[in-house]
Amino acid sequence: MKDFQQPTEQGYYGQFGGAYIPEMLHANVEELRQQYLTIMHEPSFIKDFELLLKDYVGRPTPLFLAERLSKQYNTTIYLKREDLCHTGAHKINNTIGQILLAERLGKTRIIAETGAGQHGVATATVCALKGLECIVYMGEKDIERQAPNVARMKMLGAKVIPATSGSKTLKDATNEAIRDWINHPHNTHYIIGSVVGPHPYPDLVAKFQSVISKEIKLQLKEKTGHELPTHIIACVGGGSNAAGAFYHFLNAPEVKIIAVEAAGHGVNSGMSAATSQLGKPGILHGSKSLLMQTDDGQVVEPHSISAGLDYPGIGPLHANLFETGRATFLSATDEEALNAAFHVSKMEGIIPALETAHAFAALDQLSFQQSDIVVICLSGRGDKDLGTYMQVMK
Amino acid sequence: MIHMSRIQNIFNQKKQNVLNVYFTAGYPQLTDTLPVMKSLALSGVDLIEIGMPYSDPLADGPVIQDSSSKALLNGMSIQALFKQLEGFRKDHDLANVGVVLMGYMNPVLQYGFEKFCTDAASVGVDGLIIPDLPEYEFEEVYGSIIKKHGLDFIFLVTPETTEERVHKLDALSTGFLYAVSSSATTGGDKDFTAVETYLQKLQQMDLNNPVLVGFGIKDKTTFHSACKHANGAIIGSAFIQSLSSMNNISTEIKDFVNKIIG
Repeated sequence: MKDFQQPTEQGYYGQFGGAYIPEMLHANVEELRQQYLTIMHEPSFIKDFELLLKDYVGRPTPLFLAERLSKQYNTTIYLKREDLCHTGAHKINNTIGQILLAERLGKTRIIAETGAGQHGVATATVCALKGLECIVYMGEKDIERQAPNVARMKMLGAKVIPATSGSKTLKDATNEAIRDWINHPHNTHYIIGSVVGPHPYPDLVAKFQSVISKEIKLQLKEKTGHELPTHIIACVGGGSNAAGAFYHFLNAPEVKIIAVEAAGHGVNSGMSAATSQLGKPGILHGSKSLLMQTDDGQVVEPHSISAGLDYPGIGPLHANLFETGRATFLSATDEEALNAAFHVSKMEGIIPALETAHAFAALDQLSFQQSDIVVICLSGRGDKDLGTYMQVMK
Repeated sequence: MIHMSRIQNIFNQKKQNVLNVYFTAGYPQLTDTLPVMKSLALSGVDLIEIGMPYSDPLADGPVIQDSSSKALLNGMSIQALFKQLEGFRKDHDLANVGVVLMGYMNPVLQYGFEKFCTDAASVGVDGLIIPDLPEYEFEEVYGSIIKKHGLDFIFLVTPETTEERVHKLDALSTGFLYAVSSSATTGGDKDFTAVETYLQKLQQMDLNNPVLVGFGIKDKTTFHSACKHANGAIIGSAFIQSLSSMNNISTEIKDFVNKIIG
């Protein structure tokens, strides 16, 4: 059977992955590559990780039967409530894991990039928890559109540095964070927020996030008697909540895996972030994956109303799921996502993040049997997007 | 007799104070590539490193990224660059200068790696620096293609590179080895005492290739202290900065180079 979870020793998922990094990053990345699996398998690490997930993050997060949505689509729909995690999104699963890793590597200074600010907040939170210095790079444009999260990071003691190069969004914040790491080779750990970057990042972030599907399996078994759903749906920017939600189902071919990208104004509008539809194999941020780029290999600036999906690449794990046909890739426009956000709010009493709203928008593009068990990863809550939602209500 | 590349010949004839100047292709104006090369060669520069602009240059600081963005806006691309470079070796002034292309992996991959090597060699380029092409990929896939086209390939080493790894990267490199003066992006200020200790260490390693020092070289003082323990040095950000405010490229480049080597 084909293994979709585990990359090769050099970090490849099919033709995607690897570590395309300049020599200035080699020592840092190599240290991590040599040690991450050993550290993650240490009993004391597992104990600390699980305890913090339970008592600090509030795991396991509920698997909620969305009755009204189920009725509407004439099937059974469960919502995996990552929005109930401390800090309001799944991002903290990874930052808890990485801060424990950083501690064991003896690092004292933490850097991160952020798009919507959720990963920045999750990083600032664990740094406060551990008393470590925290620097978050954030695109200037994102700082404007995600002001509440910027305030939260500052309140948690993090320094937020605007990325002013390029498109001034997530891609550029990631460039700046990587440059910071190059300039601080000894004391710094870089907490990447998604399943992107040079090997071993895609694998280690996927492993920390895989707690999502581990819990879904147990919870489904308890609620339905079967541990496998027929469909698992998640939104994909870089793809960390999707990687976590898909992980334990990847090698079970009977589970339909559905990834939803941000189409922006429409896939072919020139204002989109639907990487699998618009991208070609290329290299960004240290790994080979699908990448939105010009014929000359310059990275194209994506567009999505959701800052967390506004990224021109996807993680190499997802690129391989796309290329092999293991996952179905759909996309939702800005407008469809907004409509879905309002619809879910009224139907289930849950205001989702704009990113997550894309996953809900895909329900209209799928057809279900009454006997299907559909799980949607509700990756984050919508408080941070109130500004955008308020404009729609005007 | 073993065939020697143009770069190897340069180092054979000149073992010390070799000067390599970096500039971004198509900067400040699209058509400045050849005039800048010509002025550099006439000013006595031994090697010219032409930067192929990329939208996301990870290893570079703000000065080089800014010049890359402007060059891309000017319309520079690998295709355009090869077109500009066509026949440059016929120009007497450029016949003997070493020419190295520096750029990131993604644009090269999109151009087609093998086609890139074919075209680079056919216009008269001597070697390549692709900082995000790791040695694993070089050994597995790309190294043989580069060699087939007779191009030198230059790896970077930093103060964080272990001695064992320096030897490995030295064995894979031809032409020269690029010693990054500190683990940092281009254009920063470096503490040169620490750099000297590091270069002394490299000097004692008995490497196959000559060593050029880059990152943080900006004037006569830093050039000469780098050259004390290496075969020469590379100037990048400082030259780009100066280039951006030049009115007369040919005379002012001469002044710039004279101030370094004079």
